[in-house]
Amino acid sequence: MELKPLLIANAQLIDGDKPRPGSLLVADGRIAALDPTEIPDGTETVDAKGQWLAPGIIDLGVFATDKPAFHFGGITRAALMPDAGPLDHPGLVERAAKGGKPDLWVHPLAAATKGLAGKELAEIGLMKSAGARAVATGRSRIADSGVMRRVLAYAASLGLVTIIHAEDEGLTAGAVATDGEMATRLGLASAPAIAEAIAIARDLALVEETGAPVHFRQVTTARGLDLIRAAKAKGLPVLCGITPAHLFLSDTAIGDFRTFARLSPPLRSEDDRQACLAAAADGTIDVLSSGHDPRGPEDKRLPFAEALPGMAGAETLLALGLNLVRDGLVTPSRLFDMLAATPACLLGLDAGRLKVGMEADLILIDDGTPWQVDAKKMAAYAGNTPFDGMPVQGRATAMWKGGLRIR
Amino acid sequence: MTTSTTRPASDYPPGGDAFRHRHLIGIAQLTPWEISYVLDAAEEWVDLNRSGAAKHDDRLAGLTIINAFFENSTRTLLSFEIAGKRLGADVVNMHAAQSSVKKGETLIDTAMTLNAMRADAMVIRHGSSGAVQLIADKVDCPVLNAGDGRHEHPTQALLDALTIRRRKGKVEGLTVAICGDVLHSRVARSNILALTLLGNEVRVVAPPTLTPPAIDRMHVTTFTDMDEGLKDADVVMMLRLQNERMDGAYLPSAREYHALYGLTPKRLEKAQPDAIVMHPGPMNRGVEIDSSVADHPTRSTITEQVEMGVAVRMACLDILTRRQRGVAGWN
Repeated sequence: MELKPLLIANAQLIDGDKPRPGSLLVADGRIAALDPTEIPDGTETVDAKGQWLAPGIIDLGVFATDKPAFHFGGITRAALMPDAGPLDHPGLVERAAKGGKPDLWVHPLAAATKGLAGKELAEIGLMKSAGARAVATGRSRIADSGVMRRVLAYAASLGLVTIIHAEDEGLTAGAVATDGEMATRLGLASAPAIAEAIAIARDLALVEETGAPVHFRQVTTARGLDLIRAAKAKGLPVLCGITPAHLFLSDTAIGDFRTFARLSPPLRSEDDRQACLAAAADGTIDVLSSGHDPRGPEDKRLPFAEALPGMAGAETLLALGLNLVRDGLVTPSRLFDMLAATPACLLGLDAGRLKVGMEADLILIDDGTPWQVDAKKMAAYAGNTPFDGMPVQGRATAMWKGGLRIR
Repeated sequence: MTTSTTRPASDYPPGGDAFRHRHLIGIAQLTPWEISYVLDAAEEWVDLNRSGAAKHDDRLAGLTIINAFFENSTRTLLSFEIAGKRLGADVVNMHAAQSSVKKGETLIDTAMTLNAMRADAMVIRHGSSGAVQLIADKVDCPVLNAGDGRHEHPTQALLDALTIRRRKGKVEGLTVAICGDVLHSRVARSNILALTLLGNEVRVVAPPTLTPPAIDRMHVTTFTDMDEGLKDADVVMMLRLQNERMDGAYLPSAREYHALYGLTPKRLEKAQPDAIVMHPGPMNRGVEIDSSVADHPTRSTITEQVEMGVAVRMACLDILTRRQRGVAGWN
């Protein structure tokens, strides 16, 4: 299909310190020019009417290919966690990579070990050839330090970043909440928050020794973030991420045994939450992702400890990210570094920025429209959001994937 | 020994305002006067239960009560069954072992099935914290929590409060030491809530491995030394230690636990000379409590607790079904 050139005019471009008025030309599926002076014949023009024009969101670490939810949320690419399957075989990776095309690109993350069992190296090299863009340990970490060391070194030799879940399995065995008043009052098995810092500390030592680049998918505690901050100051190749849940909710959200707030890692204390906000503001946190994990009543309408962890987050990611902007913690451009540019860089994609030559994965954002999160009316195939009922502002109003209009 | 502390009915708000709950999920939802209201109501049933051969009242005649126990229980189930029958209700027991739960039916589906059978009240025990609340949200009749995971066991706390009140003449201003596996105990949580709410000083005496995190936020003082924790206590409340906790994960062995935390006659001397000894049962004699203490004729309240259990459960069943029965003032 031949695509006509596209001009998005009268927009606020998110490509610098602050949104600036401008226009953007797309040709052959790529960004051809910013503020073009010459417009080719036959160009289709879209009037952005002063809305933000930003790169499409690249959601780093989702658990399901849930296209309606991603499209609602302005997500043009998603890095799929290897847990379903698990993605430990080149054939599975190849199939997952084709899952959403053309209007959603799925970038499978290769399972670090066979069956994600944490014992034997998976065929990371063959999975890379099949389309895997990074390696991941899945929902849990690799307990065996020897295996982890080999995974890191091996993945690094292939030019792949290893995406890590950081929780010490000895401390968290059987736990469904973080130690604290809420868990104790509810009578829920809980683990100390240091389970995260302990796991991070081990892996940072391995990074220092192997030089392998890593991304801690979710760092949610003050102590964990302190370790990341120190590692970055040392110059270690370390990135870390978070989801809006740990930025905007503390463990009080599990009161009344709300299973939509049963997450992995579990929600933390208010002090840790404040530390996460500070780390988003000071740049310690590099990536904001949804952790999208839609789960129906069969997984969630259960007693708290029997329910499975996870939240449907794709639809609320952008609006909650905009909260950070409105609260003055990050600039719009830094928000889109966290949502798109840094994930693109980690995955090695020509996308994630409003820059000539990049893939034209674009979204228009009305940053002011108020709406209310409603678990019963979600586009996702399950509405398990811990933000049910929360009033938010801002949503994607149009999106293009490789210059192709999706909505 | 027994001092009556029952208040006149005029001390309470009229009708249904005296107990404004459809269900009894936990002590956490109750006010001090609501607890006291239940205890006063239970006193009447104590008298009836002691009244000789015809221990019967027919106020719940025609009502069906389902005791749905998803976790094994002998004494609590029996206590609820007797309480329901003494009030004239038709009582049906459902054991998890006999139910479709084992066949993979979800808890909600089981609850909806029971609901469709038009029970007038359900008494539920489940191994998961929050499970009883989950069911209560889905059914049309009052639900009584007979124990959910480590969360709450409200009728146990109420019967313990009644036992204390009858023995001590009051259940306020006392020092109560709750000793043992507090971490895994719903009895401890409900008792901490009830006893602190009523204005007692509550101590938690437990090995560090069995002390819940941040338990001090529930307004208790924690002790790891049993002798210190018992010092000058008016009430010593022992908890059952489950065998699976003694295999090395939480405690090295039963004999070490007995050496450090077992309630021996010598240890009991640290408490007030008239301190009472409580245990929710079933006991592990020689582990958390010595037989000579458990069987002490004046200080042990263990059988009295069982007796109060029936009275308290009768009171709860009566109060929670008043709306359905159209009792005046309970709309």
